[in-house]
Amino acid sequence: MQVTNEFKPTIVAFCCNWCSYAGADLSGTNRLSYPANVKIIRVPCSCRVNPMFILRAFQRGADGVILCGCHPGDCHYTTGNYYTRRRMTLLFSMLDYLGIEKERTRVEWVSAAEGAKFAATMNEFVETVTKLGENKRLEDLRCKN
Amino acid sequence: MKQLPIARLPELFAAMAAGRTLYIPADDGGQARFLPYRDGMEMTRALNTVRSAKDLFFPQTENLVGFQVRGREIALEETRDEVEPFVVFGVRACDAASFRILDTVFLAEPADTFYQTRRACGTVVTLACGQPEETCFCTAFGIDPAEPGGDAACWMDGETLYLRANTEKGAQLLDSLPLLEEAGDDAPGTAQAAIRAVAERLPLGKLDLTGFDGAHLMEKFNHPAWAKLSESCLGCGTCTFVCPTCQCYDIRDFDTGRGVRRFRCWDSCMYSDFTMMAHGTNRPTQLERFRQRFMHKLVYYPADHDGVYGCVGCGRCLTRCPISMNIVKVAKTLGEETT
Amino acid sequence: MQELIKAKAIELLESGAVDRVLGWKAGEFFYDLTPAVFTSAAEVERDFVYSVFSGANFSKYLIAESRKEGKVAAFLKPCDTYSFNQLLKEHRIWRDRVHVVGIACDGMCDIDKIRAAGARGVTAVERDGETLRISTLYGERTMAKADAEAERCVHCKSRKLVAYDEKLGEDGEVIADSGRFDQVAQLEAMTPDERYAFWRGELSRCIRCNACRDVCPACSCEKCVFDNPKSGIAQKAAANSFEESLFHIIRAFHVASRCTDCGECSRVCPQKIPLHLLNRKFIKDIDELYGDYQAGADLETKPPLMAFTTDDCEPSVVYERGGKQG
Repeated sequence: MQVTNEFKPTIVAFCCNWCSYAGADLSGTNRLSYPANVKIIRVPCSCRVNPMFILRAFQRGADGVILCGCHPGDCHYTTGNYYTRRRMTLLFSMLDYLGIEKERTRVEWVSAAEGAKFAATMNEFVETVTKLGENKRLEDLRCKN
Repeated sequence: MKQLPIARLPELFAAMAAGRTLYIPADDGGQARFLPYRDGMEMTRALNTVRSAKDLFFPQTENLVGFQVRGREIALEETRDEVEPFVVFGVRACDAASFRILDTVFLAEPADTFYQTRRACGTVVTLACGQPEETCFCTAFGIDPAEPGGDAACWMDGETLYLRANTEKGAQLLDSLPLLEEAGDDAPGTAQAAIRAVAERLPLGKLDLTGFDGAHLMEKFNHPAWAKLSESCLGCGTCTFVCPTCQCYDIRDFDTGRGVRRFRCWDSCMYSDFTMMAHGTNRPTQLERFRQRFMHKLVYYPADHDGVYGCVGCGRCLTRCPISMNIVKVAKTLGEETT
Repeated sequence: MQELIKAKAIELLESGAVDRVLGWKAGEFFYDLTPAVFTSAAEVERDFVYSVFSGANFSKYLIAESRKEGKVAAFLKPCDTYSFNQLLKEHRIWRDRVHVVGIACDGMCDIDKIRAAGARGVTAVERDGETLRISTLYGERTMAKADAEAERCVHCKSRKLVAYDEKLGEDGEVIADSGRFDQVAQLEAMTPDERYAFWRGELSRCIRCNACRDVCPACSCEKCVFDNPKSGIAQKAAANSFEESLFHIIRAFHVASRCTDCGECSRVCPQKIPLHLLNRKFIKDIDELYGDYQAGADLETKPPLMAFTTDDCEPSVVYERGGKQG
């Protein structure tokens, strides 16, 4: 067997239960492929994700963190994702301000019907993070060995 | 006694740094701290570092041991940092005196081997204070800033640096530095006289500590002034973390996902969860926490250690406390009505 | 001003209008004033000091003070009144137990700036108009008051008192061109690598004393997540660079849109980390993306992070904004 040293990033995807998680499911049912290094964490609503979740995902070895929720206006709880939108905009901007690569974080709205969009988004995000390489600026070496 | 023109200080540093790490007080983002010497590095102009020389012997965090979980096995992992011989230059008399207090705590049986190793590897070269700050009060604890102690001591007088070994370790260090020239034993006498003259004028230098002893323990403990003194304390850890003699620590486990890293880190008696253990009944309010810190330094410690106070008068807490409450204000207030 | 304030404190205590007065108590030197509660005219007469070193913001003390029996008076400077308003908005202070005396302020001084200018062994500072006369163990010197002003006062955002029951002296106006975002803009203009190096240098000095958190009027949680062993992130020391960043990012985020930019965090930092630059980044972003907002300016407007509009920008806006690309 050939051993390759190709870098495979670890991606954490927080998906809201009502839209994006179902979207991920649909992409599976439709046999669309996205990289296996995307680890999905189901949350009741995208606004359940507090900045600490994102930072701790990086601490525990994530190279990229993506947050998926219902499209604005379609939130199961009516307004949750509007709050998410403001919070994540400010958080990502702060990470950028601290010199942490902003391309490692992302928000994408994926509905339950958008299986194809889910797969395409993940493929694209994995590619972006692969180009960036390993997360060095928000790493915790204690978690790496 | 040895001597060297001050202009040749960089050469001395280079020689001291050869084959080992040399720490000197230098500026880091405008704040003085002990930094590993690199070519061209200059000493800070500040009298003292923000954090004390204690950091080099008792670092803020230190790995103790690790546990790795493999299947049903738990393996112990050695995580202790390697310590190699090092020299720390420019320690002030107050910090040098703090080692006596730390040694009493950490080297008493059973000795703390982490601290013990660092003490064995480290050589302390002190530097007498030419221009003490108004917040200095080491003299109140019988410390002579003109005789700064350590393994070797230095004095700056005009253009000349004088060095004298105080211990075997200090003598070894100075003997290994051929660039030093011989000097007469009383060579730094003028520098010492000048330092003592300034020390005499220090506004807090004659802080009266009468009545701070075991005999007055309950009287001090029950003093009504504690409520007022602690009233505006924020409960932050600044005073304890910049203190050269504070030695409390906590032992914590960090879950790495695959195992555990056990480490110790400084703790502060000012924190609400200090000594919070299973009993859940640690000091309930800031009054008790505040009282503990000062009672420990000014009463409990001298009561247990032949009158040696747990403070060396470095003045760091005076300059750094966010609300300017400090050990001098406490001692003066509690001292007012000593019987 | 000091005489006016002392007279007012005595008047309030003697008339029985209040039971306690929050003020600054004299220390060993001219600059080490400690926040204290005064209960008698004699105490005020003896120990009360108002000077260029009365920087401490009393708003947060009012959370606890207003829960005690009786009424407390507090002297608040313009920037302190913003914090006070913000705490009222969050229902943290019992308004009817506080008597606020608003006091005009023309900038506080920072002893560290005086020391940085080369003064050693400073034993007294007297203000003479725009000059400071400094006595030290090693001689006399003078310094322009403007050069000794605290960073937050150099970039003062407002000299207007936004909450008071009565005021002493004439307050000023909101200062639109305070320049307080200049340094944030400078950082934004750097490359990510430069920014990373800057913040690593600053945050690596952190000793986790928690002074920034403990003094912050916006940090008024009963139990901080970083002190709660059940949170999984409780820390007593930052074990590595990740934990240094974690603490400061989360803290800044938690006060974002509630931080009034009072500058206490940077004032108290024993390591002089410019923490206000984190808070100001959030304020600047909020102003640019969601419209100008000043926390504590009034009691009604919703903080931007507790509100939204349906046509807010997408988080992807971050990829297109500011800074050189690395």
